[in-house]
This record gives sequence, structure tokens and C-alpha cells, in this order.
Amino acid sequence: MTAPLDVSGDELKATPESVAEGAGAKAIQGRSLGQIAWMRLKRDKVALTGAGVIIFLILVAVFAPLIVSWFGHPPNQFNQDQIDTMTMIPKGGSGISWDYLFGVEPVNGRDLFSRVVYGARISLLIAFLATLLSVFIGTVMGVIAGYFGGWVDMIISRLMDIFLAFPVLVFAMALVGVLGQFETQLEVKGDSLRILLLIFVIGFFNWGYIARIIRGQTLSLREREFVDAARSLGARGPYILFREILPNLIAPVLIYATLLIPTNVLFEAALSFLGVGIQPPTATWGGMLAAATKYYTVPHFMFFPGMAIFITVLAFNLFGDGLRDALDPKSGR
Amino acid sequence: MSESILSVQGLEKHFPVTKGLFKSQVGAVKAVDGISFDVRKGETLGLVGESGCGKTTTGRLITRLIEPTGGKITFEGHDITHMKQGKLRPLRRDMQMIFQDPYSSLNPRHTVGAIVGAPFRIQGIQTEQGIKKAVQDILELVGLNPEHYNRYPHEFSGGQRQRIGIARTLALKPKLIIADEPVSALDVSIQAQVVNLLEDLQNELDLTYVVIAHDLSVVRHISDRVAVMYLGKIVEVGERAGLYSAPMHPYTNALLSAVPIPDPKQREGRERIRLTGDVPSPLNPPPACRFHTRCWKAQEICKTQEPPLAELAPGHAVACHFPENAPSKTETPATVA
Repeated sequence: MTAPLDVSGDELKATPESVAEGAGAKAIQGRSLGQIAWMRLKRDKVALTGAGVIIFLILVAVFAPLIVSWFGHPPNQFNQDQIDTMTMIPKGGSGISWDYLFGVEPVNGRDLFSRVVYGARISLLIAFLATLLSVFIGTVMGVIAGYFGGWVDMIISRLMDIFLAFPVLVFAMALVGVLGQFETQLEVKGDSLRILLLIFVIGFFNWGYIARIIRGQTLSLREREFVDAARSLGARGPYILFREILPNLIAPVLIYATLLIPTNVLFEAALSFLGVGIQPPTATWGGMLAAATKYYTVPHFMFFPGMAIFITVLAFNLFGDGLRDALDPKSGR
Repeated sequence: MSESILSVQGLEKHFPVTKGLFKSQVGAVKAVDGISFDVRKGETLGLVGESGCGKTTTGRLITRLIEPTGGKITFEGHDITHMKQGKLRPLRRDMQMIFQDPYSSLNPRHTVGAIVGAPFRIQGIQTEQGIKKAVQDILELVGLNPEHYNRYPHEFSGGQRQRIGIARTLALKPKLIIADEPVSALDVSIQAQVVNLLEDLQNELDLTYVVIAHDLSVVRHISDRVAVMYLGKIVEVGERAGLYSAPMHPYTNALLSAVPIPDPKQREGRERIRLTGDVPSPLNPPPACRFHTRCWKAQEICKTQEPPLAELAPGHAVACHFPENAPSKTETPATVA
């Protein structure tokens, strides 16, 4: 505690401390936390598999028309020739063949493969955009509440409580019912209207969770000394918010966004299953599940859309977990 | 005596204690309760005291990171006590702060170049050969490799990180630096390096320091004058030599007697003063002399009348009714070196 300080300063003078620089005069290049996280992620095989599946699903959704034109039939085309006219179930029980990879629907014989592929579009589109919406609102609200504190924090925190306690499912049913009546008077109609509605309902009522997390993070970051350092240099509020605090929030935002997507996939499927979401004949995974409940004698009808939901949710969850471990190794499980 | 760069008069900071739904104030933590001192150009003033005595609060009040409750702070002739942050901004170039914890004072998401270059960006200062060159010069000045410009704080050791913090502090060539426990988070061997670096920089750049520390040896090593704080008040202030060799306040005496002596032979003859009890709560400090609850010389007057901070020897003031080593009794203090 005391003695070494009395050593006269000459030999301890400030000399460049040599950090292991490797052999030769190689340029010193620092590794950012992002790069280190990427290295950790690359070692996590499970998360990489999840990422691979996610990329595959996105490609499927984007190139759905192309894929269907190669391997299937238009999703809304009736293929009565595949149906046994006596029992109304597909010939051979499922109708699976090289022509119909996942078989056909009972009664009208629509190509299940094409419908699952097209269902990915709706599912991912709504899940992504709804997540984007709630992450955006949640981050803005959380940062404002955490940074400014006081009565601003009070109001926003109570607002979060209200939104978290809101009966979203009931509200969604009511909203769809009401808007359905005015559909003819609205600018957007049909599927576009339903998609916008679902994005709004799922996204707008979900920002409470992420806002709470971001608020807590901001509260703890605000007290760190580097914020004081910026203030003592004369930095203004926006500089501190955007340059000092926000870069430290990228990790939690990314993690919770990735973990929110599968929740939203499930929520969209649930709404469509209940008939509140996208209306038939447009193909959605939830809608197909709902239709399949009436035909328990043809299990493949339920199996393929069910598997699609399962794989999507699993892939996003595994990737999100891996991302969390990579970005925030201290959190543990 | 050269002119003073910073003058603090009767500075107060009371943190309100609120209770209940309507936040009614039920009391106040008097963290800093009326302290006055001057800092002269080119000197180092050490501010010592035990935990919770208001040292750090004082530093943060001077740099206006928190708003003073009362008193007056004058920096280079400007009254900055309640100056608006916007008007204060240009003055901040001349008054910088070194922070205690090198792990929390550097933003983990910024490169060293961005951290040390931040003062230029925030203050909107143009440099002749660009910010990068200026930053690399400063890095060299504090003994870091300028090629580390692109590295991130987590790649450095504690001592190196504190050097990065010091580099940021020096970027705008300030006149006054408030160092809040600049070395207490570091290993002892690194402490010596950083303390010596601070001294070298002072000689080179003509800096004035206010060093806040709880380690009396560190303060002794770098200070020209020392102020001792107890429970939000300055109890003694004087030249380093006089204060360390002939402390007048019983509290200073007790603090100094607690400093470990590395040589066991020297240690034998010394009498250690053990203070009894804890530091009283600043929420409800003792009346009059705040030290009377733990002082072995306390009399009735100590509980009723607050002793003023009086200059008993040249440049050596003490707030005590019964000072030790007072000149009238022992005619020596000022000359002891």
C-alpha cells in the first residue's frame, strides 16, 4: 500500500509498455468485441446450424414462386384428379409422389408442398416486421426511460405494465372483426390489410418486454464512469445517448430480437389457427393446421405445416441462444 | 504565493433523503458541508479522508458533474457554481477529470483512438495534422504505443487503461486536473508508475492537480499541500511537510499513525492511535466539532461550539479547539522538512 511509492521515479518512468506484438513489425490491429463474438459464434456448431436453417428458410420464402414452379403446382390450384372421389381423401392416403412432394390436401387436392413454401413467406414476413416494430419501440422507450429517469421513467414504466397486461389475443380478434366490416371502405384490402394488421397487433403490443430489458441496461450504463467522462468533457445528451450508451445496447437488442422472432412466428400461427389472421385461401401454416384438424385420417396434412413451424421456431431459438452466449459470455444459462 | 486557479468557498452538497409516495423530504445526507480551499497555479493539492467523507463528491462538484447545494466555486476568475452547461462547455477544456476505475471509465465499444479523440470531437477542435496524429502524440506522451490506436480497452491491463484515461484527460491541454483516486484501483507496482507519470506530466505541461485519495502515502508523494477531510468538512490543511511531520488535528494524527511502516525496527517506537467507533452517519452528523465522538481530547466545548478553521502556523490551518503541535507549545512545525 505504501512502500513502493517511495522508490525514486527514474527507473519507473513512463516507457511504452510492450504488449505482445507478435514477430516483426506487423501492423497492430485491435479486435473489436463484435469480432470476438463472431469468433465465438463460429465455434458454436449448434448456433451455426440454426443460422443455416434460418438462411435456408429466408431463401425459400424469397424464392417461393421459383421453387414452386420447379417442384410443385400453384398453391391455390385444385387438383381433383389426386382425390379419391368416394372418400374425398387423397389417393393412396396422402398423395405423396414425385409430383406432389408433401402430398395433397383432402377434398380439393391443393399441393401441400407449394402451400408450405408459400406459408413461409407470410410467417417470416409478419414475424420479422412485427419484431422490428416492437424492438424499435421498445429500444426507444427503454433508453428514454432509463436515461432520463424521474417522472419520464415513471410514465413509460407504467405504460409498459399496461401493455404487458393487455389481453392481446382478445383485442386482435375484436380488431379483425371490426375492421373486416369496414374493409370495403379502406385503402388496403384483403391479405395486405390482414398482414399489416397482424404486424401491428403483434409488434405494437410486444414492446414492453424489450423496453424493460433496455431500460435496466441503460440504468446501469448511465452510472458508468465513461458517461461521466463524456459529461466532464462537455458532451450533450444526444452524444451520450447515441455515441456512448447505444453502442453498448447492440448486444441485448440483437439477442432479444432473435429470441422474439420465434415467439412471433408462433403468435401469428396461433392467430391464423383461430381464424383471426390471414384468411383462406391464402396459405399460412397456422391456417393449414386449423384446416387439418378436421381430417385426422390424413396425418400428413397436419404434419408438414406443423414441422415447418417447429423447425422455424427451433432454428431461431438455437441461434438466439448461441448469439447470447457469443455476445454476452458472462450471462451463463 | 502564486495566484489561485481554483477557489472554493463554503461549498455544500446535500443529497435529499425522500420517503413515501409523495417523496417528502425527511432528511439530507450532508456529503459536503461547507468546505473552503484555494488551489494555486502549478501546485498539487491532496485531498484525503476515509471512505464516505465527501472527497469524491467534492471532486464531482468542482467539475460540475453534480449540482452544488450551496457555496461558490471560482475557476480562473469565472464563477462556475451554477453556470449553465452550455456556457461551461468552453471552460471544460481547461478543467479535466481523471477517474478512479480504469475499467468503467473507458467505453468498451470504442477504440483507444475514439476514446482519446473524443475530447476533440466533443469540443469541436480542429488540429493541424488531424485528430489521429494528435491522439497518437498524446498516447506517446503517456507512455503508450501510438500504434495501439485501433485497439479496444479490453485488450489492455489496468495500468495501461488508466494511462488511456490520462491521455483523454490531457487531450485538450487542460490547466487543472481533478484526479479522483487515480491509482487506488491499481496494483501497487503500477501505482508508482502512474503517480510518477502524473508528476512528469505536471512538470512538462505545467499542470495543476487536485488529487483525491485515501492513501496517505500516495498523497504525500505527489502533493505540495494536503487537505484532510472528515465527514464533509476540512479539518486541517497545510503544506505537505508541515502537515505530515507535525499534524495539528487529532484526526490527522490518528490517520498518520495508521500508515504502515515497512521497517520493523522503526515501527517499534511508534505509538498507534486507535480510533474507537465508526464514522457517524452524515445523515445526522454530531453537532459542533464532528470529530468529538471519537476524539480522545474532546471536552465539553467540542460538543457545543464548532471550531473554526484557523491558521495557527503560516499556511497551516486547523479546525480544532485543542490542536496538537501548535506553535505556541512546540516552536517548530514550519521548518521541519
